[in-house]
Amino acid sequence: MDLYYLEARAKLIDVAAFLDRLDRAEGEADFRLGAFKQAMGRLESGGGDRAEQVLLSLSDPTAEPIPAATTKAACGAWPGNS
Amino acid sequence: MRYIEPHAHMVSRVTDDYLAMTTAGCAAVCEPAFWAGFDRSGPAGFYDYFCQLTEHEPRRAAKFGLPHFSWLCINPKESEDVALAREVIALIPQFLERPNVLGIGEIGLNKNSRNELKVLEMHVELAAQRGQLILVHTPHLEDKRKGTRLTLDVLRADRRIRPERCIIDHVEEHTIQMVLDGGFWAGMTLYPETKCTGARAVDMVERYGLERLWMNSACDWGASVPLAVPYAAMEMRRRGHGPEAVDRLIYENPLRFCRQCPKFTLPVVPV
Repeated sequence: MDLYYLEARAKLIDVAAFLDRLDRAEGEADFRLGAFKQAMGRLESGGGDRAEQVLLSLSDPTAEPIPAATTKAACGAWPGNS
Repeated sequence: MRYIEPHAHMVSRVTDDYLAMTTAGCAAVCEPAFWAGFDRSGPAGFYDYFCQLTEHEPRRAAKFGLPHFSWLCINPKESEDVALAREVIALIPQFLERPNVLGIGEIGLNKNSRNELKVLEMHVELAAQRGQLILVHTPHLEDKRKGTRLTLDVLRADRRIRPERCIIDHVEEHTIQMVLDGGFWAGMTLYPETKCTGARAVDMVERYGLERLWMNSACDWGASVPLAVPYAAMEMRRRGHGPEAVDRLIYENPLRFCRQCPKFTLPVVPV
């Protein structure tokens, strides 16, 4: 707790501020916001594998290669969840 | 403190970074072939890049007394064009005997496409034919888990490939287990946002142990920290890990993997 509490507290407030910022913004959020909120739910899980659960929640769960790469960048969430 | 930086794109870094790294105890740097941030216009661009990695950059590092090693390939971000990849891969054998070349890398997948998979198989074929070490890039963010699985399938399918001669880089909490279970080496890349923090890397060390594991900064032209490895070493010390454990993770482990290539020789560096 002594090593990491304040750092984690700061990051938690950053997440809260990020969501507030989105609330104030104009326009519609895309699938990433839903994926983000879904991943936040994994924080409630026990078992000492929350980081893994959050990563899995944001990952492409499919197994087959895609037909072609149309972009080089990843966006941080799998659109198929939306 | 002494450490080996097993994955850094030094052609993208300024000379001050060499000074900072050597001052922090860096004993060697290894540079896999990478995407330039834009697509090269043809094979000649890669030929020049391979010359840079095997001639110019070792000289630049030598000014700081730092041994420089390299890995060669066409990076997964440029692997969608199979015809181009075939021409580039045909260039590689003439460079493999150069004194600082450790193997084929960083190969792998980016968006997990069929063409990327074909090019990965071409690289693996070259490595198998020439008995080269392999350094694998795993995809970013949402594509990592699937891409890691597909990559491991390709490597396992070739009986000539020995897992202990392959490093699967950029592992995170959701991929490290499958890599280590397969007998491969695992690399943890310390990026401020898109990969793994020092604290999470130490978490993985505590969870999975020190066997077949290394850390790297993968510093390049993007948001990255050339001193990320010594910073993460400090994180280990902060949590109470002894100097022997730190030295094993940041020096002995990359040394053990890299010296499977006989060209990887270093002067004796005191702890």
